[in-house]
Amino acid sequence: MIQFDFLAVLAEWPLLLKGLAWTLGLTLVATPLGLLIATAAAWSRACGPTWLRRLLGVYVELLRNTPFIVQLFFIFFGLPALGVKMAPEAASLIAMTLNLGAYGCEILRAGIQATPRGQWEAAQSLALSPVQVFTRVVLPPALQRVWPAMTSQIIIVMLGSAVCGQISTEELSYAANLIQSRNFRAFEAFIVATLAYLALAITARKLLMWAGPRFIFGRRSA
Amino acid sequence: MIEFTLWDIVRNLLLALRWTAALSAIAFIGGGLVGALLLTLRLGLGRRTQRVIGAYVQLFQGTPLLMQLFLAYFGLALLGLDVSAWAAAALALTLYTSAYLVEIWRGCVDAVPRGQWEAAKSLALSFGEQLRHVILPQAGRLAIAPTVGFLVQVIKGTALASVIGFVELTKAGGMIANASFKPFLVFGCVALLYFALCFPISLFAQHLEGKSHVR
Repeated sequence: MIQFDFLAVLAEWPLLLKGLAWTLGLTLVATPLGLLIATAAAWSRACGPTWLRRLLGVYVELLRNTPFIVQLFFIFFGLPALGVKMAPEAASLIAMTLNLGAYGCEILRAGIQATPRGQWEAAQSLALSPVQVFTRVVLPPALQRVWPAMTSQIIIVMLGSAVCGQISTEELSYAANLIQSRNFRAFEAFIVATLAYLALAITARKLLMWAGPRFIFGRRSA
Repeated sequence: MIEFTLWDIVRNLLLALRWTAALSAIAFIGGGLVGALLLTLRLGLGRRTQRVIGAYVQLFQGTPLLMQLFLAYFGLALLGLDVSAWAAAALALTLYTSAYLVEIWRGCVDAVPRGQWEAAKSLALSFGEQLRHVILPQAGRLAIAPTVGFLVQVIKGTALASVIGFVELTKAGGMIANASFKPFLVFGCVALLYFALCFPISLFAQHLEGKSHVR
């Protein structure tokens, strides 16, 4: 007969809370930075010089076709060999940001491509500067179009941050590992952590879908 | 001390790549079978089954794959099974793949117009015949591109099996990096090998997608 002891896991709540805080914190910082990179990259791929487009294409494809854990290991274990040393938290943050930047760029690009050529031209003919054309005319409807996909990607990055525990970033999965090494309740510890991730994912989706139209791309009739 | 040449590193990584490929194949084929079964249940049975399968999909898409691997590893051990990292990784990745594939395929089936079901039914075809002769040929065409695209995600997912001790490309990379003191080179090579495996598949998926848009 299998006996479960969830209380032994929940008794370590300060550890769990700290892990939760790290997971949330990493996501909260990586998301705006990643979206910024995604936007800049998508803009450059839409109307930058050819060499920059190629370079960004390489960045996007490299990140999209390698596992996140390898990217993380490369940054944390590989880069110090070149003299770039950093804390595990910094490495995690960089990996998450770059990852979201690459996927976000590709998602946003699809939204930008769906903007009719005439809208660019109309905005230009109103003597808007290129920056104004992009930030006022092209970007908001593009973001609105791809927001559900972008939300999913942000959540994937948040869930992916579970891997960061492998380089001893003290996030949620690291906390679960620590707890199971203390009381040997491995299954229970991971169940609790998994449920916490699930709750985070569901809440984040609700929040992002609510916040998007209000704060990020402005309310407009679809 | 043994000196590692570049060839030593690459050769050992290539040997480990076999296991990444094998695990990906098992997860993809197993996940495809389970996904197809779930899809059939979802289409054939009532609303309650739909809700259960919806919850299954949400559960796997809303939690980290790493946690799923840990749960499979420790959960199977709890049942008294003497599990290898192999079995745990294969199980977790199969279920993970099935959850994504059933969702992708459901979208493709939904894209087949309602009238096609009704027309098939009015020809007195049984449920199995409706699926086989009318719905699946149409949905299948739509499904090919996203399914191939998802294969890339499965291959990348197998990298996490390294965490529970399955020696595939990432784990081998870690071991060689520790032994050779050349982490930059080793993880660079690991990343490039994954890229060499995944990028052609991504391109192929894009190519297929382009073709289906023209139609």
